[in-house]
Amino acid sequence: MDDKLNAEVKKTHLLSVNDLRTSFFTDSGEVHAVNGVSFNLDEGEILGIVGESGSGKSVTAYSIMQILADTGRVTGGSILYKGEDVTKWNEKRLCRFRGKCCSIIFQDPMTSLNPVFTIGNQLEEAIKLHTDKKGKDAKDRAVELLELVGINEPMRRIRQYPYELSGGMRQRVMIAMALACEPDILIADEPTTALDVTIQAQILELIQDLQKKLGMAVILVTHDLGVIAELCDNIIVMYGGRICERGTGSEIFYNPKHEYTKGLLRSIPNVNNMKERLVPIPGTPINILNLPKGCPFCARCEQCMKICLEQMPEEIWINENHKASCWMNIKDMLSSAGNNVGAGALGCEGGEV
Amino acid sequence: MSVVDVVGKQAKNVPLVEVRNLKQYFTVKSGLFKTQYLKAVDDVSFEIEKGETLGLVGESGCGKTTVGRSLLHLYEPTSGEVLFNGELVTKKNLPQMRRNMQMVFQDPYSSLDPRMTVEDIIGEPLDVHGLYSSKGERREKILQLMEYVGLNAEHARRYAHEFSGGQRQRIGIARALAVNPKFIVCDEPVSALDVSIQAQVVNMFEDLQEKLGVAYLFIAHDLLVVHHISKRIAVMYLGKIVEIADSDEINEHPLHPYTQSLISAVPIPDPDITRNRHRIVLEGDVPSPLNMPQGCPFRTRCRYACDKCAQSMPPLTERAPGHKVACHVM
Repeated sequence: MDDKLNAEVKKTHLLSVNDLRTSFFTDSGEVHAVNGVSFNLDEGEILGIVGESGSGKSVTAYSIMQILADTGRVTGGSILYKGEDVTKWNEKRLCRFRGKCCSIIFQDPMTSLNPVFTIGNQLEEAIKLHTDKKGKDAKDRAVELLELVGINEPMRRIRQYPYELSGGMRQRVMIAMALACEPDILIADEPTTALDVTIQAQILELIQDLQKKLGMAVILVTHDLGVIAELCDNIIVMYGGRICERGTGSEIFYNPKHEYTKGLLRSIPNVNNMKERLVPIPGTPINILNLPKGCPFCARCEQCMKICLEQMPEEIWINENHKASCWMNIKDMLSSAGNNVGAGALGCEGGEV
Repeated sequence: MSVVDVVGKQAKNVPLVEVRNLKQYFTVKSGLFKTQYLKAVDDVSFEIEKGETLGLVGESGCGKTTVGRSLLHLYEPTSGEVLFNGELVTKKNLPQMRRNMQMVFQDPYSSLDPRMTVEDIIGEPLDVHGLYSSKGERREKILQLMEYVGLNAEHARRYAHEFSGGQRQRIGIARALAVNPKFIVCDEPVSALDVSIQAQVVNMFEDLQEKLGVAYLFIAHDLLVVHHISKRIAVMYLGKIVEIADSDEINEHPLHPYTQSLISAVPIPDPDITRNRHRIVLEGDVPSPLNMPQGCPFRTRCRYACDKCAQSMPPLTERAPGHKVACHVM
């Protein structure tokens, strides 16, 4: 009965990632890049995943697309697209999934396009592969797509090579290619990191407009808190391959409940008082080859307690729009309920580590 | 008025670093009849006071890195003058001048010699300038520099590849500080670092400035960080400074249309501010510096461009105390 109910609940989500685990098998051992990530994505939602390098945010995106490097493998969990598990599909089925259902744009538009083929050629390839359009129809569609992403003189552009275009233009071409089959999900992996501020504004505006026009869901992966604040309905904060905190934009920015999120927000200049001294997070980002037993952030956390070293905290609801996995919240919850005995039993009595 | 007063007054008014009409052209194509130049820096002038931070911002290819390098004569400037403490920097006195002016590079991975230990990297400037009398003194100085930038003494015998990006940048900064300079050009020193590490390095720059009174030319494209660290900010576009002012002033009242759009385009990590502000999105891309528009270089993307803008480059003029703008219209 319960299973049936669960299945129904799951089906309502466009994409549902459950306890995803992805590892890379390298010479120095198994690298646990993603350790139990779960989230849901609904139609028309813009979800932001933010984290530092090595937090597993890009690997999560690549796992969804099933485009991991040869050494990488999904070792556990499921990725349900409209209720079906992507990780169980064969290459042929995946080929139909990529592009048509879910597509991706990468960080560096300079290296994601093939330098020896024209823009038109590369766009038509995607169209021919995923739709039944051929010949002139495919070309017309390519021109239409270039117009859609705001490239002027598309008839001339389709004959040009990537080197003839600027960085911003190339990223537009990448977006056009990703939208060739009108996917339900667009994954944008650091889409503006390689671009200048004014060009970044253009591309962000474009993604926003296209999302409204086409109604697709967007997963935006970035390290830039500003970009996240600008675009996203919901935000996931990742550290060490795990989700620390998730919630709506205003919850994450104005009411952060995980020590890492708090630290991240303190380490960027305060917009209301630019000259205020920054408060950095001490230490260096985690080495995922050597993950601790407990919370991955414990080594850099100033509030670290004994239990943090031992046990990974459960993700708990802060309010209906906000979840965090930090022992501090569990401790607060227990002590506000007057259950100091419980807090003591958890080893939450604080103390230096 | 006595002579001493006059001298004292003069010394007070002399900025630490003064750049006058700096031009840096690179030869792209040289031919018998026609030589094509890339005007990376075209007639740039500014001053930096003692212990001050001047931020230099602009998009890629606008010449901000070239300004930093030409200023230190890492490139021989095509024309223009650089004065340090009122003294002209020439080829002849360059070695002494380098003791006062140093540089921290953007990429902490490629700017450190992989075959040298940290001790040798930081010690090299001391060797070059002969700043110690005994081996013990050299080591003592190196350890002190490492302490300044937050590295442990046990790191001294290690190689650069053993360190993370943030620590490497600390090594680069210790090397720049070795000769006890009064002025450091910081070329995108935090761009390659993660957000949490960026804050550590930015704070270190501020602490060192307070402790040693060193002035910075802080080149970066992240406007929030530049605004945070700088007293004044200069904005560059295609080889020219288009606006220069106090950092709060330029963020609150930008006058040049380019600065206005640049500041409005910065993603602000605050959802409420971001959703309620008006963003000025510029049309098109930066023109190629090989094929610069006549007159004002920004006019091809400017909302306010008029006939006058096509005819001549507007001079950098002072509109309010300390606020200079190069625009015909505003």
